[in-house]
Amino acid sequence: MPTLDTTEVEQRIYAALESFGAEPTEINPYATFQALDVDSLDLAELSQIVEDEYGVAMKSSDVERLKTVGDVIALIVERSQP
Amino acid sequence: MRPQEATVLVTGGDRGIGAASARALAADGWNAAVLYRSGERTAAELVETIRADGGRAQAFHADLTDASACEQVFNDVEESLGPVLGLVNNAGVRADNLTLSIDDGDWDLVLETNLTAAFRLTRRALRAMLRARFGRIINVASVVGPRANAGQANYAASKAGLIGLTKTIAAEVARKGVTVNAVAPGFIETDMTADLPDAIKEAVPARRAGRPEEVGACVAFLASDNAGYVTGTTLYVDGGLAA
Repeated sequence: MPTLDTTEVEQRIYAALESFGAEPTEINPYATFQALDVDSLDLAELSQIVEDEYGVAMKSSDVERLKTVGDVIALIVERSQP
Repeated sequence: MRPQEATVLVTGGDRGIGAASARALAADGWNAAVLYRSGERTAAELVETIRADGGRAQAFHADLTDASACEQVFNDVEESLGPVLGLVNNAGVRADNLTLSIDDGDWDLVLETNLTAAFRLTRRALRAMLRARFGRIINVASVVGPRANAGQANYAASKAGLIGLTKTIAAEVARKGVTVNAVAPGFIETDMTADLPDAIKEAVPARRAGRPEEVGACVAFLASDNAGYVTGTTLYVDGGLAA
């Protein structure tokens, strides 16, 4: 699998978070899901998107560890390394 | 609002309540995926009838007690008919006996078919429904479960389980535009009830058995845009039996 472009992943994750109702101006790599009002169902949906679109499986134990938007992006990029 | 192109998957869709539901849903504009296990001929006939009425339908075979078959048939339906935004978990079997005489095989068969398959298909269906911010899941439960019926511990457990599943998933996904409801048919004239004595009808306040179409109409309502604020509930279609 080719190395993923971080910016591209970032844009996809931002779009997903916006669709969950997060305020676009508040979305950045340091924002926590709690601050964005992104709940556990949103995160379950996000893991499904990540798995379908990047082939990266996110277990519920992973999701529990992820606190910020940057954490998710880093995990996707790291796990998609060839 | 339901998107223009939306598919509803109806398990056990080749006959009885499933077939009546598939017809009613297709008449409402859903693409109907008719899932059958053994009724290849009846499924094909139903598909022809729906098409003759101007609807869109296709039959698919699956043994829902097989987890990988659930996944495979779901993929096949999506590929052939597009996103599945409606799911009617109707497939059901009976293996009646007094509890002392229910063996593990009969327990597992009924729970796997009536409850576990519904869970697996729902879990799979929610992916697309959540993304579409629209989904309709209807579980075909029974008056048996909420009510006792000696000789049906496995069936009652599976149907009561479906109602618990319905309520819980409804609460989980309500804010995403996905509704999850159950219908609880009473004594309905189908193959499944063909061997029951007529005396049972005497216990029904309406003094008659219901028709599959009367359940199908309720399923179609719960799947409609008009039912968007109805979720987590069980609609009894039983001639007053549970009243």
